[in-house]
Amino acid sequence: MADCRSSVEFSPGIPIITDDIPILSTVEFIEKCLSLAALSYLPLVYCGSRERLILCIMGSRDGKDTAVFSTPFPEGHSYASLTPLAPVFHIFERELWEEWQIVSTGHPWLKPLRYSDPDRHAIKDYPFFSSASPELHEVAVGPVHAGVIEPGHFRFICDGETVHHLEIQLGYQHRGVMELFLEGDICARMQLAEQIAGDSVIGHGMAYVRLIEALSGITVTDPVHRVRAIALELERIAMHLADLSALAGDIAYLSGLNFFAALRTNVINLCLQFCGSRYGKGWLCPGGINFGIDAEHNSYAVNVLRKVRCQVMYCGDAMFNNGGVDSRFDSTGIVKKADALSLGFRGMVARSCGISRDARAAYPFCPYQDFEPICLESGDVYDRAYLRYQEVLASLEMILNWLSTLPEVAPQCISPTQLLPNRTAYSIVEGWRGEIVHALRTDADGRPVFYRIYDPSFHNWTALALSVRGNGVSDFPVCNKSFNLSYCGHDL
Amino acid sequence: MFDLIKARLGHGYQAVKDPTTATLDPAYQGFPQILREDAEDFAAAAKSCPTGAIAAYSMDLGKCIFCGLCSRNFPRTFSFANEHQTGASSREALIVHKGLSFQEYRERAIAPSPSFAKICKYSLALRNVCAGGCNACELELNACNNVNFDMGRYGIEVVASPRHADAVIVTGPLTRNMAFALEQTYRAIPEPKVVILNGSCAISGGIFAESPALERSFLERYAACLYLPGCPVHPLNLISSLMRLLGRCK
Repeated sequence: MADCRSSVEFSPGIPIITDDIPILSTVEFIEKCLSLAALSYLPLVYCGSRERLILCIMGSRDGKDTAVFSTPFPEGHSYASLTPLAPVFHIFERELWEEWQIVSTGHPWLKPLRYSDPDRHAIKDYPFFSSASPELHEVAVGPVHAGVIEPGHFRFICDGETVHHLEIQLGYQHRGVMELFLEGDICARMQLAEQIAGDSVIGHGMAYVRLIEALSGITVTDPVHRVRAIALELERIAMHLADLSALAGDIAYLSGLNFFAALRTNVINLCLQFCGSRYGKGWLCPGGINFGIDAEHNSYAVNVLRKVRCQVMYCGDAMFNNGGVDSRFDSTGIVKKADALSLGFRGMVARSCGISRDARAAYPFCPYQDFEPICLESGDVYDRAYLRYQEVLASLEMILNWLSTLPEVAPQCISPTQLLPNRTAYSIVEGWRGEIVHALRTDADGRPVFYRIYDPSFHNWTALALSVRGNGVSDFPVCNKSFNLSYCGHDL
Repeated sequence: MFDLIKARLGHGYQAVKDPTTATLDPAYQGFPQILREDAEDFAAAAKSCPTGAIAAYSMDLGKCIFCGLCSRNFPRTFSFANEHQTGASSREALIVHKGLSFQEYRERAIAPSPSFAKICKYSLALRNVCAGGCNACELELNACNNVNFDMGRYGIEVVASPRHADAVIVTGPLTRNMAFALEQTYRAIPEPKVVILNGSCAISGGIFAESPALERSFLERYAACLYLPGCPVHPLNLISSLMRLLGRCK
């Protein structure tokens, strides 16, 4: 347990008074970060703010302990980088440098993340790592890709067919989301939260509503929690099925491509019947839910989901027992457990290589009390695909269980109008990719000082870059799909 | 082997029989209707609308993200029908006034383009550029080609290279960091070519309209031939709107 004089306890969804956060000297701050990282605490939030403070929130992997502390911007706008000793901070330090020009000296890879300020960095000038060796060649892909996907640039350094190195340049999707959260009424930004990433509408939406509720003192009833959890699990099922379909498509296993796509359609159409949108837009709201579940919806959903479960099992068994599928997925794109630990990979990427962390277990709310994460070992494409299959079945089971005892829930919403002043709070939701963290600080009038968003993709893009080393360049698409990371969730 | 047979039998027949006439569940938030011109409701709804789609006695489908906030707060003034065929070939056609029925809207919204149809009627190739899209419109555009919607049955396909394309279909609010790539992709498409704006973000900037991170001058240089409202655009809206633009259905 961390030394309580230099940090305070801080659970998600429980705001603390900002003045209670200890302000450490730069040296103490660095020591604190490194000592917690050595205990394998994960940084959840690490950001600068306009009060010229760096805030750090770190949580133990089991979710039982969280430490929060901050430090004034260092003198001369530079400090000794944490990254060489604790690589888990590498992406946060890049972000800090881009946003506040605070240099972490000794950072091995201090490059812009999002190109949010065109006066300082132009996206065309990205400093790619390159090799002068005449035996190696480079392959450049993007930002516009061959399919219908979001933009990003991939730069491979290859020896013949084999990838030695991949560098991923993002920022093309930058829309200024975190800045937009500071404009207008923070309690009325639901629609913005739902568009942080359109494939994680419920995930990011739930992180936002839980944060607003925490800071306005609103508590919602257990049935509302349960409806929200149903929405979250439906989103997980739908996106995992979409990914299984896309993975099957990439290896020309066309049965899987079509079967899983059709199954996903069933699930998102069920979502439409609940809330009017196939992606769950408008379902949640701060203080409740806009759409409840009545007896008729309930029995209809049970019927659909039972059929889906049966068909998912047929399709999953067919796919994962197929020798052709096995030969393409097995041992392709391996994420090493040591890398996942040291770089802080999140969500199903970490769970596929033996790290049993899931925000539903680490920070459970009402319906998730007995939740146990599924964890696999080998970290290859096969395990990321198989984990999706297993998580789909587990989520179907959970929803069917919840529905069987769910009373009729009507739409209900207590609209918050005012947030508590001078508070800092954060929320964690296990979206289908992994844990989504939102953090908010209010000023003396209850208006936001900052709104921070961390999609799991923020951490996991590095996992993709590392996983393709030593693989054939032609296996990149299947590796990429097995992660299916968010571009806009990263670029914000 | 038997797993695969069981899966194939369970899969059954999934294609939507006719995407140009299919209807959606009544819960779908599609075409908005203005039920009355109530000054108070309009003022309050305009103030709370997250994208500024509501003005005195009109609604702009190019800005609306179909969140349903106005119809929940002011059900006597605003309502959304499940009609999804909201595509239009001009920006002006997207403005909805009181008393405009969906049938009238639909008849006026798309003027089939004879010159476009002459070349592309039975073979239309689209090249998507995602310029800040949140991945919802991209997922729906992908879904157009899945086993349910099967847009390919009409000879409409999404292609990998702009060199093979007849149209660029833009998703997202057009970010500054994608401005160059969008321009280059459009220029790489051989003439004749058109621009399709897919989703409220592409049409108006949507919820991001006020962000300084956008760069929308592309749309000042190149006029769009089809506007597809939605957040995201439903596959049936996209397919039926294209079919009407090509003059292949009424």
